[in-house]
Amino acid sequence: MSLLRIRNLSVDFATASGQFRAVDGVDVTLEKGELLAIVGESGSGKSVSMLAVMGLLPWTATITADEMSFEGRDLTKITPRERRSIIGKDMAMIFQEPMSSLNPCFTVGFQIKEALRIHMGMDRATRNNRAVELFDQVGIPDAASRLNTFPHQMSGGMNQRVMIAMAIACNPKLLIADEPTTALDVTIQAQILDLLIRLRDEQDMGLVLITHDMGVVAETAERVSVQYAGQKVEEQPVKDLFRHPYHPYTSALLSALPERATSKILPTIPGVVPGQFDRPQGCLFSPRCQFADEKCAQTPPVPCGPEQGRALCHHVDAIEAGEMA
Amino acid sequence: MTQPIVKASNLARFYEVKDGFLSKPKTVKALAGVDFELSPGKTLAVVGESGCGKSTLARLITMIEEPTEGTLNIDGTEITPSVWADMRETVAIVFQDPYGSLNPRQRIGQILEEPLVINRRDMSAADREAAAREMIEMVGLRPEHYDRYPHMFSGGQRQRIAIARALMLDPKVLVLDEPVSALDVSIQSQILNLLVELQDRLDLAYLFISHDLSVVKHFADDVIVMYLARAVEKASKETLFETPRHPYSKALLSTTPHADPEGKKERIKLEGELPSPMNVPLGCAFAARCWLATEACRKSVPNLEGTDHKVACLHPL
Repeated sequence: MSLLRIRNLSVDFATASGQFRAVDGVDVTLEKGELLAIVGESGSGKSVSMLAVMGLLPWTATITADEMSFEGRDLTKITPRERRSIIGKDMAMIFQEPMSSLNPCFTVGFQIKEALRIHMGMDRATRNNRAVELFDQVGIPDAASRLNTFPHQMSGGMNQRVMIAMAIACNPKLLIADEPTTALDVTIQAQILDLLIRLRDEQDMGLVLITHDMGVVAETAERVSVQYAGQKVEEQPVKDLFRHPYHPYTSALLSALPERATSKILPTIPGVVPGQFDRPQGCLFSPRCQFADEKCAQTPPVPCGPEQGRALCHHVDAIEAGEMA
Repeated sequence: MTQPIVKASNLARFYEVKDGFLSKPKTVKALAGVDFELSPGKTLAVVGESGCGKSTLARLITMIEEPTEGTLNIDGTEITPSVWADMRETVAIVFQDPYGSLNPRQRIGQILEEPLVINRRDMSAADREAAAREMIEMVGLRPEHYDRYPHMFSGGQRQRIAIARALMLDPKVLVLDEPVSALDVSIQSQILNLLVELQDRLDLAYLFISHDLSVVKHFADDVIVMYLARAVEKASKETLFETPRHPYSKALLSTTPHADPEGKKERIKLEGELPSPMNVPLGCAFAARCWLATEACRKSVPNLEGTDHKVACLHPL
C-alpha cells in the first residue's frame, strides 16, 4: 500500500471570468521514506495539487479525482473532523514564506505546542520538553529560551526552522515542503535541505519537495515529476531525467539553465505559459514547442510508458530517432 | 584599454538607527569601504547574501543616496549632490520586481516617455513617441504594446518594459538589481539574452547585482563577493569560479546547487548566519562562521589585498 496515491486529480477554480483549470489530471504515487520532487514554473499547479491533498484550498476550488488516498484512506470522502485529525499529524506541510505563515501575535513556542496539545494530548511539561527537543533537532541554538520569542524577533532562516519543527512535531508520515528554501540565502538553503533529508532518513517519512529550482532538484531528489500548465509532463528518477529528458519541455527547460550554457546567448523557450483564455486545444506545450505539428495542436497527447519517462508527448519516438530536427 | 566609466574608491554608507528614545542612536554600517572600476561594455557582478550591502551600493551608484565616505567618479565627473541632477541621466537602474516597479495607471507609451518629458524639455511630442516606439522594438516588444497597461503583460514582458524605460535617456551605465530573480527559468534566459544583445549594441557598462551564482557565472566579466558591508574577494569571473581564495567565496560556491545530479558534491557547510549589522564583531566579520579562523582573525579586519585577484583574508586558500 502506497503512502500517498493520487489518480487523475483535477482542480478547477471558479473565477469572475469563468472556470479555470489549475491542475489537470495529475497522478502522484509516493512510498514510505521516498523523496519526490515536483518541479515546474509558476502557474504549473504544483502547489495547488498538494494543497488539494491537504484540504487547504478555498471554497472556490472544485476538486475531482479518481483516487486520492493516504495510507489507504480515501481523502475525497473523508469528513472534515477526520481530516483535521490527519493533517498536521500524519501529514504536514511547510510553506514557502516563513515570515507570513507564522502567527505574529503568539510566541513560536505557543504555536509549536498547540499542535502537540491537540494532536498528541501531552501535558504541559511533556509539551515543553518535546518543543525543546524539536528545536534542538532542527538546529535552533539555545532552544529553551527561543521558545519565548516572537516570529519577528528571528531571521528568515530561523523562522523556517520553526516551521519545520512545527511540521515534524507529531512525527508525520508524509511531509510536503512547498518551496521551503526560496526565500532564503544559499548558505541557509543548504542547511535547511540537509536538515530535511536527515529527518527523512531518521524518521522514514515520505517527503514531497515542491520547487522551481533545478539545482535543488538535482542535489536532493530521487524521483522527479515535471509539471507544466497543470499537467504532469514527465516523471523519471533524477539522474535519468538530467541525463536524458524525453519531453521537449523538460529538455528545453534544462538547456535554458545558465550553468548548462555553451555560448553567451542562451537557448530560450519562446512565448509564455498559457493562461485562462489561451489554453490550446491539444498539447498544452504545443504553441512553444519546436517540434509541434498539426496533430499536437489538435489532439491532447497521452502519456508514454515508464521507459520513456511517462512523457506527455505525441512525438517522443520521432524526436528520439532524430526525425523531427 | 578603454577608460573606466565608473570609479569608486572607499565608498561607504552608514545609517543612524534609533534604539529606544533614551539610548544613543547606533550606527549601522551598510557599506564599509568598497572600491571598483567599471568599463564600458563590461559587466561587474556583485554577489552576496541578503544584508551584505549590495543594494546600498546600487543606491549610491544611481545617486539616490549620498555616500557617507569615499569618492565616486562617473564619466570623468566627481559626484557630489550638486551635480546629481545633471549626472543622473548617465546611470539608470532596473529593479528586481517588475510587478512593483511599473505604475499600473500609466500606459507603456507614457511610462517610456516620462523620462523624456522631464529631462528633454525641448523635445516635441511626436519625437518622444517615435523614440518610445523605437525602444519598444529594440527590447523585443510589439508596436501594439505602446497603448497597453502594465497589468496586461507577463513578468518577462514587464521586465523588458523596465529595461526599455531605463534606456530611454541613453545611459552609459545600467545598474541591474536582481533583474531576473523574480522570473521563471524559461523567461530568465530570454531577458539575459536581451541584456547581452543590448550591451553589445550600446556598449553599456553593467553593474549586475545578484545572489544567483549560476547567472553570474554566465553573465559577468568581473565579480565582487561581499560579506557584511565589505568586499571580501574581487577577481575576474574565470579566476573566482576556478580558484576562490576567500573561505566565504569558496563556501558560497560549494553550497550553490548545480543542476547535475551526478556531479561531485563537496559542500562546505557553514554553521550559523550572517551577524546582525547592528553589532558587527570585532575583526573579520566572517570569523565566527569560518573553519580557518584563528585568534588573529577576531582581532583585526583584513584589508582587500592583491593585484588582479584581491582577497581580504588573513589565511587565504
